[in-house]
Amino acid sequence: MENNILLQINNISVVYSDVIQVLKGVSLAVEKNHIVSLLGSNGAGKTTTLKAVSGLLKPENGKVTDGSIIYKGRNIQNQYPEFITRQGIIHVLEGRQPFKYLTVEENLKVGTATRWLKPHKDDLEMVYHYFPALVKRRKALAGYCSGGELQMIVMGRALMAHPELLLLDEPSLGLAPLVVKEIFEIIVKINEEQATTIILVEQNAGMALQIAHYGYVMENGKIVMEGSAADLVKNPDIKEFYLGVGVAGDLRSYRDVKSYRRRKRWL
Amino acid sequence: MDFFVQLLINGISVGFLYGLSAMGFVMIFKSSSVLNFAHGELLAMGAFLFLALVTWAQLPILPAFLITLAGCFVLGFVVERLFLRPLIGEPLIFVIMLTVGLASMFKGILLLIFGGNLNTYPDFLPSFLGIQRGMINIPPVYTATLIIGLTFLAVFGLFFKYSSQGIYMRSVADNQKAALSLGVHVKLVFALSWAIAALVAGMSGIVLGIINGINVHDLSAIGLKVFPVVILGGLDSIGGAIIGGIIIGLLETFTGGYLSPSLRDVVPYIVLVFILLVKPYGLFGLKEIERV
Ligand SMILES: Nc1ncnc2c1ncn2[C@@H]1O[C@H](COP(=O)(O)OP(=O)(O)O)[C@@H](O)[C@H]1O
Ligand SMILES: [Mg+2]
Repeated sequence: MENNILLQINNISVVYSDVIQVLKGVSLAVEKNHIVSLLGSNGAGKTTTLKAVSGLLKPENGKVTDGSIIYKGRNIQNQYPEFITRQGIIHVLEGRQPFKYLTVEENLKVGTATRWLKPHKDDLEMVYHYFPALVKRRKALAGYCSGGELQMIVMGRALMAHPELLLLDEPSLGLAPLVVKEIFEIIVKINEEQATTIILVEQNAGMALQIAHYGYVMENGKIVMEGSAADLVKNPDIKEFYLGVGVAGDLRSYRDVKSYRRRKRWL
Repeated sequence: MDFFVQLLINGISVGFLYGLSAMGFVMIFKSSSVLNFAHGELLAMGAFLFLALVTWAQLPILPAFLITLAGCFVLGFVVERLFLRPLIGEPLIFVIMLTVGLASMFKGILLLIFGGNLNTYPDFLPSFLGIQRGMINIPPVYTATLIIGLTFLAVFGLFFKYSSQGIYMRSVADNQKAALSLGVHVKLVFALSWAIAALVAGMSGIVLGIINGINVHDLSAIGLKVFPVVILGGLDSIGGAIIGGIIIGLLETFTGGYLSPSLRDVVPYIVLVFILLVKPYGLFGLKEIERV
């Protein structure tokens, strides 16, 4: 079991600008070739956790002040993103961040930045294999692509780097249900065919738990629950607050849920 | 008519130089949001390095030219490494003040070594480059400028469009955070922008030195022309910088030719104000793609 762990986060605290503490002792472990889902409501600290791993806290004046992040047996907390990406960790940012004034294919080419000699022929083909919709948009400026296409561009761009660990931050946000379904199918395919380990941050817990092996739930900068995806789906709290289904199976509206109650249960 | 054609060609070629210098300025701004107030001094560094190589070291023209370009490239790179990198993440005003300081430093060094007099290069351009037809008399330097300018433009156009490093540089200008997330060496991109900007500035400095003579104060004052050029062209558009440069160059030469030489430095600014009243983001300011 121990040898199968690709990434281990041990009790980390993250502070922005030396004063704003956002993570208060987060621990999680990611097994090789797994999809691990990180769930939680807005502001829980999911993005911050991913940034702590990818090194992107640095440019935002954030810092891991406590604990450790171990990737393949090596401490990587507070390293530069230039270094971490070259270890095989690629972070696909929240909100899709295309290079608007570059064409779709140029966007993909930037993905080879970490690789020696910047090969891109075979890799472009591989990306177009997963995202056939991008082929006919190759020459279009990314700024003019639809939300679904943009999600494909940023994921394809990341694949160009041949990541061992892919961090996906809310890939489904703002997309139509059919597109979300398509994206999630591709995530599974990538995980299986490329043997890419994935941390999937989502608010869409239903979809995420369908494809994940394991899941964590965050609230207020802490992990409040974890378990195999199969167990989590059955958990009454998850059902109630994340899947929108009451214990008795009746649909409840979010309005009925009192937030203090929710906090109390998990802290 | 002949006079008009002559002014037109002079204006375009001088404007090309302004445009190329402005392109370097825009490149630094686009990649790192730094306004470089030492741009004119980079021009002067190139002009004087070439002077030293040609007159003191007695090198032939072509090697001297290439060594000057290489020297400017290294200078830009080193300036970024030594002075600007420590300030990454600090408020922009610090960085701008630093470039103002760099300007004084470069100027001081040049004055110390070369003094404040007007120097000239030996006459080396082949006379067949000049055009003499009827009343039209275009000195070789203007045709040479056009040739060099177009060559630079083509080389950099291809570099930014097709080379990996060129695409990375554009990606940083476009979305720095995303570039960082993919492992692009953002700091290397900053340094390269400075290096390329200094190289192009050095080239412009040499050619302007051929046209106007080489003087520290004059050359660094030309750095100020970068501002109307980039404001006209749009601060974030490289193509706009070239066209803005040509417009300013034309305005200058036509004012000097038809109105009065003493007005040539003023009229471009007056026109600039009027254009900005109509198009506040410059003629070619990037249209923000609002799609997401
Ligand atoms: N750069 C920052 N500086 C200060 N506070 C931040 C910064 N980024 C995020 N935060 C704060 O950290 C908390 C968690 O944010 P985030 O990690 O983005 O949560 P999530 O991704 O779960 O929505 C929020 O309260 C947010 O305001
Ligand atoms: Mg988030």
